Amino acid sequence: MTGFVVRRLIQVLLALLGVSIIVFALIHLVPGDPVRVALGTRFDQEIYDRLVQRAGLDKPLLEQYFSWLSNALTGDLGVSFRSGRPVTAVVLERLPATITLAFGALFVALVISIPVGIVSAVRSGSKLDYVATAASQVGVSVPDFWAGIMYILLFALTLSWLPPSGYVSFAESPWEWVRHLVLPAVTVGLISGSILTRFVRSAVLEALNQDYVRTARAKGLPESRIIRKHVLPNAWIPIVTVIGLQLGFLLGGVVVVEVIFAWPGLGRLALIAVQDRDFTVLQGAVLYIAFMFLMINLVVDLLYAYLDPRVKYE
Amino acid sequence: MTGAATSGEAVLSVRDLTVRFGTKRGPARVVNGISYDLAAGETLAIVGESGSGKSVSVLSLMKLIPEPPGKIDGEVIFRGRDLVAASEADLQAVRGNHMAMIFQDPMTSLNPVMTIGHQLTEPMEHHLDLSTTDARTRAVDLLELVGIPSAARRLDDYPHQFSGGMRQRVVIAMGLACDPEVLIADEATTALDVTTQAQIVELVQRLQEQLGMAVIWITHDLGVVAGIADRVLVMYAGRIVEEGLVDDLYADPRHPYTLGLLASLPKPGADRPETLFSIPGLPPDPIVLPPGCAFWDRCTYRLDAACRSDVPELRTVAPGHKVATHYDITAESP
Repeated sequence: MTGFVVRRLIQVLLALLGVSIIVFALIHLVPGDPVRVALGTRFDQEIYDRLVQRAGLDKPLLEQYFSWLSNALTGDLGVSFRSGRPVTAVVLERLPATITLAFGALFVALVISIPVGIVSAVRSGSKLDYVATAASQVGVSVPDFWAGIMYILLFALTLSWLPPSGYVSFAESPWEWVRHLVLPAVTVGLISGSILTRFVRSAVLEALNQDYVRTARAKGLPESRIIRKHVLPNAWIPIVTVIGLQLGFLLGGVVVVEVIFAWPGLGRLALIAVQDRDFTVLQGAVLYIAFMFLMINLVVDLLYAYLDPRVKYE
Repeated sequence: MTGAATSGEAVLSVRDLTVRFGTKRGPARVVNGISYDLAAGETLAIVGESGSGKSVSVLSLMKLIPEPPGKIDGEVIFRGRDLVAASEADLQAVRGNHMAMIFQDPMTSLNPVMTIGHQLTEPMEHHLDLSTTDARTRAVDLLELVGIPSAARRLDDYPHQFSGGMRQRVVIAMGLACDPEVLIADEATTALDVTTQAQIVELVQRLQEQLGMAVIWITHDLGVVAGIADRVLVMYAGRIVEEGLVDDLYADPRHPYTLGLLASLPKPGADRPETLFSIPGLPPDPIVLPPGCAFWDRCTYRLDAACRSDVPELRTVAPGHKVATHYDITAESP
């Protein structure tokens, strides 16, 4: 087990190295100059040259990459061109909001998809199954930006139940933290939930059709116990995979929804970094997103060993 | 063989059992009015090729086929009650408790993520109200009974830690958990290699003698039947075409289909034939069954016009020996 984790962590590092090369290459392929953007209307050739030199942007690309990499290995991801603050600090201060939204949305998604998916599989072909399938189709199809705006119009502006946008930290006011979270979490969670509902339904259906379920029925067990003890423990294995993918995607930041709700998450940070050609921040944000994704995959793999006795890691 | 038991009182009476499945092309008539009795302690073999309706017919005894698309009619009288008309709760009280089933493929019929101890104790806790400790003790006894070495240590193992033959032993132990009056083995040896098959057949025979339950043994393997059964039902296209004591049926088969099945058995000791005999053709499509004898297409007799128009009724040709054909033939006749 430990050996497996160590090997996987080495793989994570290699993957991050690959990601950093790709991101670095892409950023420099795209036209645009961070220093010029940072100076804006106060442009002055002398200051410009000095800044470019200080940032090392006049050096060859390979040299730039390796100097960034050697710093990155010590935990220093550079300094933001825009604000002059360390990238690590800029990314880290976005984490609470990102994690809050990711888990809030996942919570909404799971609360909907697990019961609805299970019931629709168990009663497959029923009216309820039909309605659930149609609803999840709608949920997947409705664009998040439109849904988000509609919720703001209805619940914030018309009914005044919830704040239209912004983020309040938990430490500041737990109640306001929840109130601000509801609309963005529901916007993202309904989409994730619709996708998950379909996976839960098909995983449960798949398990229901297995021979061991027939064996369980032949034992005379009540249907509820068969679902609980035989169907669900087997259905969890594929469901956990998809939940992991969804969470990885959510932790990477949900750009459009963050913009609509003025949510200070990673997605919006990355978007602003692109607009400002703030190479170092973008690089840091992407690396962090990739890191989260890889770590969640690792956790999912470890969960397999827990859920499925056939899986053993040496 | 426990031939003496055949004269006992019937524990299970099947009357005019019919099973249909709704399909897009129309109803598939898979089982078409079969009737038989199962005596206490008896081993009844139901034989027939794939698609003859033998598995469906026994799955419907406990209503283990999905309804819809399935539709079961007729009567299954067990412990003084008609199971076809019984409620789901009543059926659950019978399943695994008084009537148990072992399935074809031990690789898929056990839950892969549950320990075999748990799978074994489950019916005991449910039907017999045993405590977990008592159920585990009984589970160990059962595993020893079916010949699993160091049973106590294997209780917390998962199915994938057992070989195919050992898994089938576990499945059998599960079937025996509540001491059923009737054990149904649905092609229980088909997925196993020949040596393991023989072991499992022997095991079930031994258990039956020890525990005195009646066994319905579904198979397409006539070699297995000869070794284990008291009585045989031959099924074709959802009907019983011949029924008799195993010795009578082997010595004096009366239905052209039975004759064909027996002729296709390789005979040990005999010179190896160039090719094994096989019955030409395929069984009929259950959605478009012919109006007359379902075997007409493949029959080597079929001289009578009645073959095409009338379904032959099951009639007695000798004590305990029934056949459904318009002909009076014996193995010696041309």
